[in-house]
Amino acid sequence: MLKTFSLGGVHPAENKLSAAKATEILPVPAEVVIPISQHIGAPGTPVVKKGDEVKVGQVIAQSSGFVSANIHSPVSGKVFKIDDILDASGYKRQAIIIKTEGDEWMADIDRSDSIRKGITLSAEEIVKRIGEAGIVGLGGATFPAHVKLSPPPGKTCEVLIINGVECEPYLTSDHRLMLEKGEEMLVGVSLLMKALSVDRAIIGIENNKKDAIEHIRRLVSGYNGISVQPLKVQYPQGGEKQLIDACIGRQVPSGKLPIEVGAVVHNVGTAYAVYEAVQKSKPLIERIVTVTGLSVKNPGNFLVRIGTPISALIEAAGGLPEDTGKVIAGGPMMGKALASLDVPVTKGTSGVLIVPEKIAGRGKTEYCIRCSKCVSACPMGLSPYLLMTLAEKEIHDRAEEEKIMDCIECGSCSFTCPSNRPLLDYIRLGKGKVGQIMRSRIK
Amino acid sequence: MYGVVIAMIPALAASVWFFGIGALVVTLTSVLACVLFEHLIQRFILKKPTTITDGSAIVTGILLAFNLPTNIPLALIIIGAAVAIGMGKMSFGGLGQNPFNPALVGRVFLLISYPVQMTSWPKPIDSRFSYLDAETGATPLSIMKEGLITGKPFSEVLAEVPSYLELFLGVMGGSAGEIAGVALVIGLIYMLVKKIITWHIPVAVVGSVLVFTGILHLADSDAYASPMFHMLTGGLLLGAIFMATDYSSSPMATGGMILYGVGIGVITVLIRVWGAYPEGISFAILIMNAFVPLIDKYMKPKHFGEKVAAKKA
Repeated sequence: MLKTFSLGGVHPAENKLSAAKATEILPVPAEVVIPISQHIGAPGTPVVKKGDEVKVGQVIAQSSGFVSANIHSPVSGKVFKIDDILDASGYKRQAIIIKTEGDEWMADIDRSDSIRKGITLSAEEIVKRIGEAGIVGLGGATFPAHVKLSPPPGKTCEVLIINGVECEPYLTSDHRLMLEKGEEMLVGVSLLMKALSVDRAIIGIENNKKDAIEHIRRLVSGYNGISVQPLKVQYPQGGEKQLIDACIGRQVPSGKLPIEVGAVVHNVGTAYAVYEAVQKSKPLIERIVTVTGLSVKNPGNFLVRIGTPISALIEAAGGLPEDTGKVIAGGPMMGKALASLDVPVTKGTSGVLIVPEKIAGRGKTEYCIRCSKCVSACPMGLSPYLLMTLAEKEIHDRAEEEKIMDCIECGSCSFTCPSNRPLLDYIRLGKGKVGQIMRSRIK
Repeated sequence: MYGVVIAMIPALAASVWFFGIGALVVTLTSVLACVLFEHLIQRFILKKPTTITDGSAIVTGILLAFNLPTNIPLALIIIGAAVAIGMGKMSFGGLGQNPFNPALVGRVFLLISYPVQMTSWPKPIDSRFSYLDAETGATPLSIMKEGLITGKPFSEVLAEVPSYLELFLGVMGGSAGEIAGVALVIGLIYMLVKKIITWHIPVAVVGSVLVFTGILHLADSDAYASPMFHMLTGGLLLGAIFMATDYSSSPMATGGMILYGVGIGVITVLIRVWGAYPEGISFAILIMNAFVPLIDKYMKPKHFGEKVAAKKA
């Protein structure tokens, strides 16, 4: 019996259309749009101005707090302007727009393909490099990676868990990365282990990626303390708390961080970025994005520079199909529908999903029939039907008591509801309100 | 909801096999009446678009028929349907809002108002081709109750009731849909496989009845029938599988479902063994329905993170 997390979960159709497609490198775009807020925490502070010449890998916006991240230029060229643009969230956010000229990299970046395994830096130096390179959680959460590597005083990390689950249907970028850059990723894992001074790392991979499990298993024999944990396919296993529960059987208490149970979780993509940053001095300027969908002509995985417009990716995958109903940044469960195809790829863009018209809509909302499917599906053990009502009726104190803030917004409740009720939509609304109230109480 | 209808087909087929024309007449009348009343109330009293296509009125109609003897006059079925849908369901706002199982509200109303018609049971197989004039007989539970009240020796009472195999197959007097245990269990398996319901409520109801009657039977096997007898007679399986599991009148969390099921089982046995009625599952379900809001308030699902770091990897 394969391991998995203990509460709830659903199993949507996997539709990993692009799993067998090797990563293609997309050409450098003529213009990139770099939002200064691509991560959780304080937005970066721009350190370039209109007309400045920049090189690939040069810092263009500096981290502006403990929880924040540097942003580097993914192209060489001239800063065209700094202006508000529409980003994937649908809000206007400040961004640095750069017109590409040539492809000139910062001198210290090692662009060769050779794998550098030897680790020479100390733990502090590794964390510092990761912070400088602007690495954030590449699974989609975009939490600055160096912050997770600095446990609060009194807490120690016992085990590093690497997230190779990719539980979102359709997405395959992590899968491809493990197959194509497995060795580099493992060096990255070793670096993270050194940074955290732990001697054990577990790579959790869902069983629908058998080739990746085998491949990484073969490679880990050359590394001390790293093991592969195959997991039963179950959404949302890639959720941090679910993955810890699945791999080591410990549950992070409500409102606490994984370090509480001695674990730190990083994505396989993050581990690879750490390798590049530390061993190759290459900051986070590109990532693998899956472009997929049932009607997409050529679903695939593309290595693109940050700031490339989504429309360029769709072109590379054979263009926008005629029956398109909506385009989602991310996967079908947690991704967000885009208002415009001009929005740029950011550090957290793991996929672009093109949904055909006929399945893009939602069914008619019916009354709750109290079937309790949402309760059994919730991986956090919450009562979504109740939280929705409490949010709808703005009974925020009760919602707080019912642990609305524990919701990880995985959407299993909305997915499972036979009455098509917008459970997560209301719960998100309620979370926003309750969060506000809780913060105002601390002040 | 149509999944539940499919799950009831084996029991419906068994009912037609044993009770013939009567089963067909009662089921058809009940379903048509329930659907019609829901449509009329929704359209002309609540003035909203009709909801009969959701299938829930059909489920209520079949369940009401399952709870009636197959020789019951048409007028009573229609009254029962009006009470079930009107009072049991629509007066609370319709699907998902009703605190009590609508079909049981209808049945208990009829049982209390028309006790004679509601407790004359056609004999199985013999009365296949007759409806109102069917030859009637007692149910195993009423034979048991009568026997114990009149002080007959227990062995004589036992000789009058059918064998376990007959009980399981449904060769006994009773309401239209409750007799064939085997057909109800097939329906249960279908609903479990299709994930329409979970195992918690049916297992808790039947399990608690088995345990409770088992203790009584062990204590004095000459005064109390065996757990097997209790499981296979009356409406226990019908109630545990199809009535207690009604979504809107049962708890949301698995812990609550078990508590609710055990409550139903215990009350059923209390009524069967010490109460005035030979059968008590209808009352037991309605009583526990009333506790559901309270159960939901205190029996929440287990939150993630309550099982803290204790377990080492």
